[in-house]
Amino acid sequence: MASVVLDNVKKVYPGGVEAVKGISLNVPNGSFTVLLGPSGCGKSTLLRMIAGLETITSGTCRIADRVVNEVEPAERDIAMVFQNYALYPHMSVYDNMAYGLRNRGTPKPEIERRVREAAKMLAIEDFLERRPRALSGGQRQRVAMGRAIVREPQAFLFDEPLSNLDAKLRVQMRIEIRRLHNRLKATSIFVTHDQVEAMTLADVVVVMNQGRIEQVGKPTEVYNRPATRFVATFIGSPAMNLAPGRVIGRGKVEIPGSGTLDFDPDTFEVAEGTAVEVGIRPEDMTVATPDENTGFVIKPEFVEELGPNRLVHGTAGGEPLVLSVASSMPDLGTRALGLRVPANRVHVFDTTTGRALRRG
Amino acid sequence: MEKRAVFRSSWLPLALVTPQLIITFVFFVWPASQALYQSVLLEDPFGLKSQFVWFDNFTALFRNRDYLESFNRTAVFSLLVAGFAMGLALLLAVMADRIIKGATGYKTMLVWPYAVAPAVAGALWVFMFNPRIGIVAYVMHSIGYDWNHQIRGQDAFALITIAAVWKQISYNFVFFLAGLQAIPRSLIEAAAIDGAGPAKRFWTIVFPLLSPTTFFLLVVNIVYAFFDTFGIVHATTSGGPAKATEILVYKVFNDGFIGLDLGASAAQSVILMFIVIVLTVVQFRYIERKVSY
Repeated sequence: MASVVLDNVKKVYPGGVEAVKGISLNVPNGSFTVLLGPSGCGKSTLLRMIAGLETITSGTCRIADRVVNEVEPAERDIAMVFQNYALYPHMSVYDNMAYGLRNRGTPKPEIERRVREAAKMLAIEDFLERRPRALSGGQRQRVAMGRAIVREPQAFLFDEPLSNLDAKLRVQMRIEIRRLHNRLKATSIFVTHDQVEAMTLADVVVVMNQGRIEQVGKPTEVYNRPATRFVATFIGSPAMNLAPGRVIGRGKVEIPGSGTLDFDPDTFEVAEGTAVEVGIRPEDMTVATPDENTGFVIKPEFVEELGPNRLVHGTAGGEPLVLSVASSMPDLGTRALGLRVPANRVHVFDTTTGRALRRG
Repeated sequence: MEKRAVFRSSWLPLALVTPQLIITFVFFVWPASQALYQSVLLEDPFGLKSQFVWFDNFTALFRNRDYLESFNRTAVFSLLVAGFAMGLALLLAVMADRIIKGATGYKTMLVWPYAVAPAVAGALWVFMFNPRIGIVAYVMHSIGYDWNHQIRGQDAFALITIAAVWKQISYNFVFFLAGLQAIPRSLIEAAAIDGAGPAKRFWTIVFPLLSPTTFFLLVVNIVYAFFDTFGIVHATTSGGPAKATEILVYKVFNDGFIGLDLGASAAQSVILMFIVIVLTVVQFRYIERKVSY
């Protein structure tokens, strides 16, 4: 196992399209790193550059302290799991898994041992003689992972491997991948656009947007302390509410038409009078009792019933605002709602750069 | 998946299939049955009287050394044509699949020869290989090979093979290219990561995945070499010199329309018909059952 280190990596396609705009990233040995971002953000391109399937326009990529920019994919000692699994349709499951080992001249008994072991780990022992087309989506997915595991590579690369599975299977495979990682402790880089996958699988989440890294951090960190407006709205479902505001004092911000909110002045550093964007997660707000004055009021417009909870849609400062409340709450009607928002759950962003105005 | 149109009345579907049935009958069923009928008759050269002779025409054919040699020649010819036409087409398709700039122009040019009629293709090659004025013959003379397909049988055989291969490459190319493009890129990438070099990738991944296409083309090419090369032979060598290029289909024509031995000619075409039926059956059975993923 080894670390993967990227230093100012760029990808410019012929024609001038810049897919990856200078990314520096350190994936430590044994970590499970998830590249998360919307489609077209360059995350897959970045992964393919690490794999050697795309050339690196500039910058360096190191695997196990060796610069691999000019090294063939085969010599990088990595294994990749593709979105469509990319199983060889004319080979049995066994041959699919053995192919990479045979190409490297691994002795036959050793191949046999490793394939059987991986098959056992993935519970696909009964299918070893079958062709991929005789397998279900989840089984194919396992074979694709088995093919990666038997190689015992320096790093595993996953390119949206779960997106072709149905929702139920996706959850199951997600758990299996994490379990597998806990067992193998292999350096893994996992690309996805699904924030739930990212949050549940990752040791480290790398949020990407438009070819750049927005934030690198633990899942709880990117959720609780988003570094930019993009991260704030991309992570969390429903998305974080953003409302225009103006700082009217130390730790106090005014949302026109809705009242004022307190924020933690020790966390955010903003001069009085500054126009800012205020972010509040729908799940961080609670409804105050009718006679309580919280200083922050919204007017509900309609309600979405989700089962375990209910989303109340309204507006604050002219921007839509969503509030998540438990379904057990009585119907709130359409009267104006006073909301309680803990000061440490209020985020403050710069209106132009979109960066969180955090101290330090 | 099965798509069925259901008609309420019976006259409409009949009216819709009638033109096709008429064409099939006039251009296939009727001539074929005529050939079957003629193949058991012995007719005098003037067409005045004919005599029913059972299978004498067939037994006579298989005792005829000329016919057996022609059979042999056709087998060699069709294998050479299928082999070279497919091999070269595959090579060109693999290269066309890799180029990025100007791919459309390249592909279009490669497809053109297919639009050339066999007789025209034959005439083209006859000019180029003409021992006195042909440019290829000139080049061969200058490197010391005395090319003359008009008197040397093996040269003539090479000439019709080259012409037939050249014309068929386009067709094979289109199918191979489509086949190559149908192979998901990620398979090739997976193989590259799995440590297979370009050659190994080709033989262990690409070629096996192309096998349905390859098998289909093999049958089509053999049929082509057996039947569609008549125009090429007629325009270049007329079966000569000394029958060196007289393949089966040309012999049918030669014996029937030049030699006026209608019975023998009909018997030969019945044998050819039988070969085509066998090839078609093999193709359908094999392609549908075995070579699919």
